[in-house]
Amino acid sequence: MIQLENVSRVFMVGDQKVAALRGIDLHIAAGDYVSIMGPSGSGKSTLLNLIGLLDRPSSGTYKLDGGNVTALDDVQQARVRSEKIGFVFQAFHLVPRLSAAMNIELPMILAGIAPEERKERVAQLVENYGLKDRADHRPDQLSGGQRQRVAIARATSMNPAVLLADEPTGNLDQATGKEVMHLIENLVEQKVAVILVTHDPALGERAHRQIHMVDGKIVTESGRGT
Amino acid sequence: MRLMDVAHFATGSLRGSPTRTLLMMLAMSIGVAAVVVLTALGEGARRYVVDQFSSLGTNLVIMLPGRTETAGVGPGLMSGQTPREISLDDAEAILRSRAVKRIAPLTVGSATISRDALNREVVVLGSTSGLLEVRHMEMGLGEFLPEGDIHESASVCVLGNQIRRELFGNDVAVGQWVRIGERRFRVIGVLSSQGESMGMRTDDLVIVPVASAHQLFNTSGLFRVLIEAKSRDSIELAKKEAEEIMVLRHNGEQDVTVITQDAVLQTFDRILTALTMAVGGIAAISLAVAGVLIMNVMLIAVAQRVKEIGLLKALGAPGKQIRNLFFAEAALLSSIGCVAGLMLGYAGSFVIGQIYPSLPVSPPWWAVVAACVIALGTGIMFSVWPARRAAKLDPVTALAGR
Repeated sequence: MIQLENVSRVFMVGDQKVAALRGIDLHIAAGDYVSIMGPSGSGKSTLLNLIGLLDRPSSGTYKLDGGNVTALDDVQQARVRSEKIGFVFQAFHLVPRLSAAMNIELPMILAGIAPEERKERVAQLVENYGLKDRADHRPDQLSGGQRQRVAIARATSMNPAVLLADEPTGNLDQATGKEVMHLIENLVEQKVAVILVTHDPALGERAHRQIHMVDGKIVTESGRGT
Repeated sequence: MRLMDVAHFATGSLRGSPTRTLLMMLAMSIGVAAVVVLTALGEGARRYVVDQFSSLGTNLVIMLPGRTETAGVGPGLMSGQTPREISLDDAEAILRSRAVKRIAPLTVGSATISRDALNREVVVLGSTSGLLEVRHMEMGLGEFLPEGDIHESASVCVLGNQIRRELFGNDVAVGQWVRIGERRFRVIGVLSSQGESMGMRTDDLVIVPVASAHQLFNTSGLFRVLIEAKSRDSIELAKKEAEEIMVLRHNGEQDVTVITQDAVLQTFDRILTALTMAVGGIAAISLAVAGVLIMNVMLIAVAQRVKEIGLLKALGAPGKQIRNLFFAEAALLSSIGCVAGLMLGYAGSFVIGQIYPSLPVSPPWWAVVAACVIALGTGIMFSVWPARRAAKLDPVTALAGR
C-alpha cells in the first residue's frame, strides 16, 4: 500500500545541504505493524512526515494505494491526509479550548461531514476509547493517558488506512504507555497499517517489522511478517 | 468544511482569548461610534442651518438694487456705486409674473421712537401687508399692516414685543400713539415673540407702511424686495421673470440682482455636507487604526496558534481552509464590533440630542453604511496578511512549535 522508491530528502541548513534521508526503499502493506527505530537525527521523523504528506521528498517517488502522491498539490494532499492518514503525536496536540468530544470531531468537521453523522461517530469513538464521562472535559482537565486516547480516537475518526505514531508513549508513564499501545495495536487487527517511531527498543520489538535507521538510511530490517 | 462549522470554529477561537477579543471589538466599536456621532453632529448642524433658512420664508426670491457678477449676499451695499433704485411701482410690477405669489417691499432705516418721555433708537422696517406671510411672522396682538394701495402712507405701526414692553410696560399698546422720527403713528399690532432668526430680532423691530417709511427717511428706493414664488418648482421662473420685468422697466438695463434663497441655502448645504464628510473621514481614520490593530492581534494569534495550525493541516485542512478560518474570525470580530459601535454611536447621538435639543442630531444613513462597510472592509483586508501567513505555515515546523 505504501511504496517508497529511492526517496531522498535534503534540507538547506544555512548554505549547506544536509541529507536527512538518502535513497530509502520501503514497502508497507495494509495491516502491517512497523516500527522505525534509530538514534536522534537518523531521519525517523522525516520519514514519518514524508509518509504523512506533511513534507515532500527532494527526489524519488512515493505511491500510496497505487497513486503517485508526490505529484499532488496542496489541496489534493490535504484530502489524502484527511481520508487515509491518521496522526498520533508525542505531545498529543489537542486543541486546548475544545472539549475531548470536539477534538475527536475536528477531522470530520474539516472534511465537511454532516453534523448528525459526526455526532454518531463521536459517540461511538468516545464509547470505544472509554472516554464517556470525560467527553465534555477540556484537555487540561484530562490525564496524559486520557489525552492520548482522545488523540487516537481523533486519528481514527476518519477511518484511515495508515496510522502514524511518533513516540506515542513518550510523555506517558509505563502503565498508561502500555494501555495506549494496546489501543494502537487493536487497530492493526482492523487492517490499519501502523507505523511507529520510537526510541524504546522494547516498544519497537512489539511491532511485526522493525526498521533501524542510521544517517538517513535503513540499515537493518527484521521481523516476523512482510 | 460547512459554513456553520466555520462560524462555530471562529466563535470558539474568539472565545478562547476573551480579553484580546474584547479589546479588538472595543477598538472597532469606538471607531464606528466616532463616525456615527461626528457625522450626526455635522448633519445636525446642516439641518439646523436649513431650518433657520426656511424660517425666513419658503420659496423666497430676494431682489436687491445693483448688479453684481457673483451670487453673494449684499452686493448692493458693497459696490459703493449707487445704481438705479427699485421703486414701489417696480415692486408692484413684479406681481405680474405668473410664478409670483406675493411680494413684500422692504425699506430699512433707524429712527427714534418715543412715547411720552420714553424714547429709544429702533430699526424701522417699511413694508406692506405681504411681509407677514412672506417672512413667516406671527402676530401677538392686534393687526398687521392693512392691505391696500402700496403708495398710501398710513400713520400706523406694528411693534416688536421688546419695544412694546419698553415703551408701554404693562399698559395696553394697541390703539395708542407713538412718535417715530417727526411723525406720529398709531400702534395697531404687536408681533409675537419669536426670538432670533438669521441674525434679525423681530422683537426689536418697528414696522410701518413702506410709503410712510420713505417719507420718514426721505428716500424713494427700496432696500430689498422679498418675492415669494408660488411653489418650489417655480422659484427659478419667478427669478427669471422678475429680472425680465425689471429689465423692461429700467430701459433694457439689468441693474438689479435677484438671488434665490435656494442658492444661498445650497451653498450652506454644500459647505456643511462637505464638513460632515470631512469630520466623518477623520473618524474613519480611527477605523483604519482599528484595522491595523486587528492585523497586529491576528498576527499574534497566528504566532500563538502555530501548533494548532500545524495540527489542522495534519488533520487534512488545506491552506485555503485555514485562511478562511482566520478570515471568518476577522469578519466576525469586525461585524460584532460594528454592531456594538452603531449602538454606542446612536446612544451618543441621543445623549447629544438631549443636551442640545435645538440641534436636530441624527446620523445620516450614508455615514452609517460607510462606517459598517469600512469596519468590515478593514477588518477583512487587514487579516489577509495574517491569514496568508497562517495558510503558508509548514506543518512540520508548525507542529514542532518552532
